[in-house]
Amino acid sequence: MDSTIADKETLERDAAIGASPVERTAALDMVEPDQELMTVNFGPHHPATHGVLRLIVDLEGEVVRSVKPVVGYLHTGIEKNCEDKSYWKAIPFVERMDYLSYFFQMEAFCGCVERLLEEDIPKRAKYLRVIHLELNRIHSHLLWLGTSALDLGAMSMFWYCFRDRDRVLDLFEMSTGQRMHTRYFQVGGVMEDLPSGWAEKAAAFCAEMPSRIDQYEALLDQNEIFLRRTKNVGIVSRERMLELGVTGPLLRATGEPWDLRKVTDYLDYSDFDFQIPVGTVGDNYDRYRCRLAELRESVKIVSQALEGLPEGPYRSLNRKVALPPRDELATSMEALIHHFKLVTEGFRVPSGELYYSIEGPRGEQGCYVRSDGSSKPARVHFRDCSFINLQSLPDMCVGTYIADMIASLAMLDPILGGVDR
Amino acid sequence: MRARDMLRGDMDDEELQRYVEERVLTTTLEKALNWARSNAIWPATFGLACCAIEMMSIVAARTDIARFGFEKFSASPRQADLLILSGRVSIKMAPVIRRIYDQMLEPRWVISMGACSSSGGMFSNYAVVQGADKFLPVDVHVPGCPPRPEALTYGILKLQRQIQGKPDEGWHERYDAAGTEEWARLAAVDKGDQV
Amino acid sequence: MPDAPGLELIAGELNEAFAEAVLGTAHAHGQATIEVQPEPILDVLRWLRDTPGQEYTFCASVHGVDYLPQTPRFAVHYQLLNMARVERICVKALLDDPEDPEMLPAVDSCVSMFPTAEFQEREIYDFFGIEFRGHPDLRRIFMPEDYVGWPQRRDFPLGGEPVLFTHNEHKTPRWYD
Repeated sequence: MDSTIADKETLERDAAIGASPVERTAALDMVEPDQELMTVNFGPHHPATHGVLRLIVDLEGEVVRSVKPVVGYLHTGIEKNCEDKSYWKAIPFVERMDYLSYFFQMEAFCGCVERLLEEDIPKRAKYLRVIHLELNRIHSHLLWLGTSALDLGAMSMFWYCFRDRDRVLDLFEMSTGQRMHTRYFQVGGVMEDLPSGWAEKAAAFCAEMPSRIDQYEALLDQNEIFLRRTKNVGIVSRERMLELGVTGPLLRATGEPWDLRKVTDYLDYSDFDFQIPVGTVGDNYDRYRCRLAELRESVKIVSQALEGLPEGPYRSLNRKVALPPRDELATSMEALIHHFKLVTEGFRVPSGELYYSIEGPRGEQGCYVRSDGSSKPARVHFRDCSFINLQSLPDMCVGTYIADMIASLAMLDPILGGVDR
Repeated sequence: MRARDMLRGDMDDEELQRYVEERVLTTTLEKALNWARSNAIWPATFGLACCAIEMMSIVAARTDIARFGFEKFSASPRQADLLILSGRVSIKMAPVIRRIYDQMLEPRWVISMGACSSSGGMFSNYAVVQGADKFLPVDVHVPGCPPRPEALTYGILKLQRQIQGKPDEGWHERYDAAGTEEWARLAAVDKGDQV
Repeated sequence: MPDAPGLELIAGELNEAFAEAVLGTAHAHGQATIEVQPEPILDVLRWLRDTPGQEYTFCASVHGVDYLPQTPRFAVHYQLLNMARVERICVKALLDDPEDPEMLPAVDSCVSMFPTAEFQEREIYDFFGIEFRGHPDLRRIFMPEDYVGWPQRRDFPLGGEPVLFTHNEHKTPRWYD
């Protein structure tokens, strides 16, 4: 495999890539320093930036000397808009932030509100949430894989990944009614129970997925161009990543085994047997491998959760917080009153503030909710993983070539909806 | 000059020549051009937000718009025909989109995909432009949040019909509502008919 | 999370080290919060990060909150995390609106200690108008550069357009008016 990596000189140069951009730039003095700097604008409209990200890049020849991300082209004012809506109505708003991990945002918000209410959700609801969260993780990683490979030139990966992604979306459509932005998680549980036949379809999907992942690995792992473009490219050290607040596969690729699913046991993740893939070098190839391994682990979690799915209510029985089932509305007066109050005014959350975070596909997705005792949140803030992870882009790119910047940006997997909120 | 006269052979040379120049060639040529244009549109790769993900899935194998001729997505707006505004238009992005639209060459069309670019969607706040048609002429609005790939394909087919000169008036026809659009009201105000 | 007695110990030690830094503590829903004055905030954060036994080295989130109509009005929350013990602590720096309407509430920037705060402090500046002294590049990050106003303050209007019904259709000014 050594022959696929670069020659000794390139290896030495790459090994000189240190923790900070200053060290890296100094190591590359072999590039003629008397060339002028050219400022290139990777505008918000660009095929290789994932979304409306604008990068102002100072180039010396082909070497990147500085990168400044300019964001805000997708700012939607979601956090302020949530202050105007009741907690139930805010759920569709928050799920549209990071538009690939919509279930994770719903879980961060609903979980935060449930903890403010001191409300426990039934075990079946927890398992259903875990199933949908891990399916969303699979979906997000598949889309990342397809678009990243497309950026690096491997076009056929795009079609294969979207083929499987459509199967995940079929599952979502069957259980929630919508392919994306499903508003499935509610405060107190989930919106509806699984339809009959869903568990079999999902189990069939999980049975077939490992062979599909093998196919993807077979396509890319022996591809010399892919390996040359990702191995030893974009290395950032573990300490620097921790300083920058980066979490998720980017941090795990540097060797830090930090995954909120394991360290904080939210939603009963300790019931499932899965591992955290951790890299060694911290380059783009490790990030790719981490995410592929995470795909496999997520498939394992989904099949375990499907096998162990407990019976019981799928939503909290506390009618002050969760809607009563619709068939009760025809017979019970209290159910009708509860339904009316919940839909028009919403439930009131006692005043307090809380920060709750979960492990999203890109890192720590945190939600801060402050409630002032009324039925509308007083402040909702999302600690979005892509926003923080984007700060590591200059460290990955400065001192490398501009083509490596594209590869690093692809492996960084920013979702501009989450960055801009 | 009427078609009947021409078909009966009642037209003389000069009239016939004018007739052919004006009607037959032009109409058939226009029709052929429009047919060709509608079946070989080059969309601009323009994804803003969540709708862009569903737009990517119409390129994918299940809902495949390559069968309608849309397979070449052009990154450069100078070579693109169609701008699919997929996603919410924030106030910072609106001048950028307008610039890209201005860089496109005629004939060009705009599909406003999803609720956010059609009307601001659920985001009625300080940061989102309430509908892309505040600064761009939009040909087809596709509702949905996000619209299914099949819905966007339906919108694309409607656009194709529109390009071919047979626009689907939809409810305008059914309810005889032509002339109730905002631009019609403005035109009437300009003419002095209406306040 | 440090439990309630642990939190009181931390608050006590902070008050010893930096006089009158701590304004209060709160322990609710499993989260520990320390409210501090804005002036010694860097010392407090450095103490929490560097003292052996505390070592909250990971800054998970820096965000701003507007508590209108309470005073002090603004607060900057620093969510710190100790990865070894998996303990989180929230440090709230309470800021008041200065009497002079031209001036902005200000606090020292912690970018030198936690580089992750660079974008996040810009976001707080953009949305609340809180100035961070010593920030390398304090300018708006989400709103356009020339935007006037601090959108996420509670007294800033939400904006947007009213929904058009037949009863208000003729009374609502449109974009072409």
